This record gives sequence, C-alpha cells and structure tokens, in this order.
Amino acid sequence: MTANAQKGTVRIELGRRYHFAASHRLHSAALSEEENCRIYGKCNNPFGHGHNYVVEVLVSGKIDPATGMIANLADLDRFVEREILDPFDHKSLNEDVAAFHSAVPTTENLCIEIFRRLKTFPNAKLERVRVQETSNNSFEYAGDNPQGFGR
Amino acid sequence: MVLLTRKIEFAASHLYHNPDFSAEENRRVFGKCNNPHGHGHNYTLEVTVAGQPDPVTGMVLDLKDLKEILEREVMQRMDHRFLNYEVPELAGQIPTCENIARVIWQLLDPKIKQGRLHRVRLYETPDLFADCYRNGSEGADAR
Repeated sequence: MTANAQKGTVRIELGRRYHFAASHRLHSAALSEEENCRIYGKCNNPFGHGHNYVVEVLVSGKIDPATGMIANLADLDRFVEREILDPFDHKSLNEDVAAFHSAVPTTENLCIEIFRRLKTFPNAKLERVRVQETSNNSFEYAGDNPQGFGR
Repeated sequence: MVLLTRKIEFAASHLYHNPDFSAEENRRVFGKCNNPHGHGHNYTLEVTVAGQPDPVTGMVLDLKDLKEILEREVMQRMDHRFLNYEVPELAGQIPTCENIARVIWQLLDPKIKQGRLHRVRLYETPDLFADCYRNGSEGADAR
C-alpha cells in the first residue's frame, strides 16, 4: 500500500473501550472503624458493592502502511483480555486482585494498577488509561508519560 | 485558551484489504473486516478547536462556520459513501479509523482560520476511536 502522508505533521492515538463488572469495598487498615466510616461512607459497607467499570485504553505509534493500523485490535483485545478482563471481571477487587490486598481499591488506584498491567503491551506505546466507575465518575492515569495529559 | 468541540455523525462503508498480501494473509490480519463486499459503520466525529474567545463576539470561532466546513469537507465527501472507492484522499490506504481520522485532520486543518484545530476524534463504534493531534502540540496547544 502507499506509504501514506503521515510525515510527522500529526500524531495519532488509538482508543479502545472495555467493560467489566466487579465488586469492591473501600476500607483502609490504617484508619479506625469510625474514620473508615466517615471517609468512605456507604463504600465502607463490609459486604462490598459493585460497579460496571469502563476502561478506556489509549495507545500511540506509527500507522503501519501495510495494515493502516497503529496496532492490530485483535492483539490489543487479547492482551487486555488476559491482563485486565480475565482477572477483574466478575471478581471482588479486594479479594481476587493481589494489588488490592494492601492498597484500597479506589478507582484512582484501580487506574494505576490497570496502567501498570497494560504498559508492557508490546505492539504500541500505552499513552493513558481512563477508568469510569459510574457514568458520573472517571479517572485518568498516564504514568510518567509527559504527553499523557493536557491535550 | 478555550477548547470548543462540535460533533457530527456520518454513515459509510469500507473494507480492509491489502493487494500486496495473499488472500489468506488478508483474512488473518483483517478478519471480518476483509469481507470483499464491505460493511459499514455509523461514525461519530468530534472536532475540537482551541483559541481565545473574540472579545466582541465571545466566540473562539462561529459554530455556523465550523458546521459549514464539516458539511463541505466531511459530510459531502464521506457520508453514505464507500470509503475505499469514493474518497480519493483514502485511495491506496486501508480505511482504518486511524487513517480516516488523519485524512479528516488534513482536510480540516487548512480550512479553520479562527482558532486552531486541536483534536480530531473519530469513533468507528462507541468502543473504538482514533485521536489525531498536531505533532508537537503539547507546546502552544496544551492546556
């Protein structure tokens, strides 16, 4: 195919959304029962509660002229399936994800954990991750990537 | 700096096929998108322009002008078209979301005279999109 006209004038990112459902409980061992209750409110319910999470993954790279793609979606989907959806979907984040045995599974921390797991994607550069906890709350993390925010 | 975004939707068909690949390779790399008869999407395009509001009008640019540019450059070219065969700017390229977003950027950038094109985001489905930025835009265009 034609070596296309991407010569350095624009930068392209590919965004893909994934969905999973999981439960969590916000509770910090470093705080008293009363403090936990005051800070986390309903989210401190000892039995936990759940959300339908939406994960938006943004990767960047050169468009391969042979395929027109930054990364083949099938490869990205397989990677996210293995790293995020299989271990998180229909799970208790507190019980089933090792990172949250110590850290509180707020969506801030979830965002950081998802970024950590996805940054090894070999076919493109992970720019940032946006996690929607509900349609009213979302969180973004770009690691130490200088281009991750502010655009 | 203020960012202004306008959204439009268009419907188009496409297929992914590289004539340099064997039939088997095309099927392996492009999967269902390699169906020779093509398939279609409802695309959603979000165009973001950055600028300072004019002190008299309070506008970064007149949305009517942006609407006309989008109608002329994108809707008339791509809406209800077969992207592989009917959009000359995509000739010889695989019409992926990445390539279409880049072509739309290149069509719009010279036409936007008030403010500066900041981002083109093209959704192929609600779960798949491509973003196009000016290279090196983390300088002047950064928030």
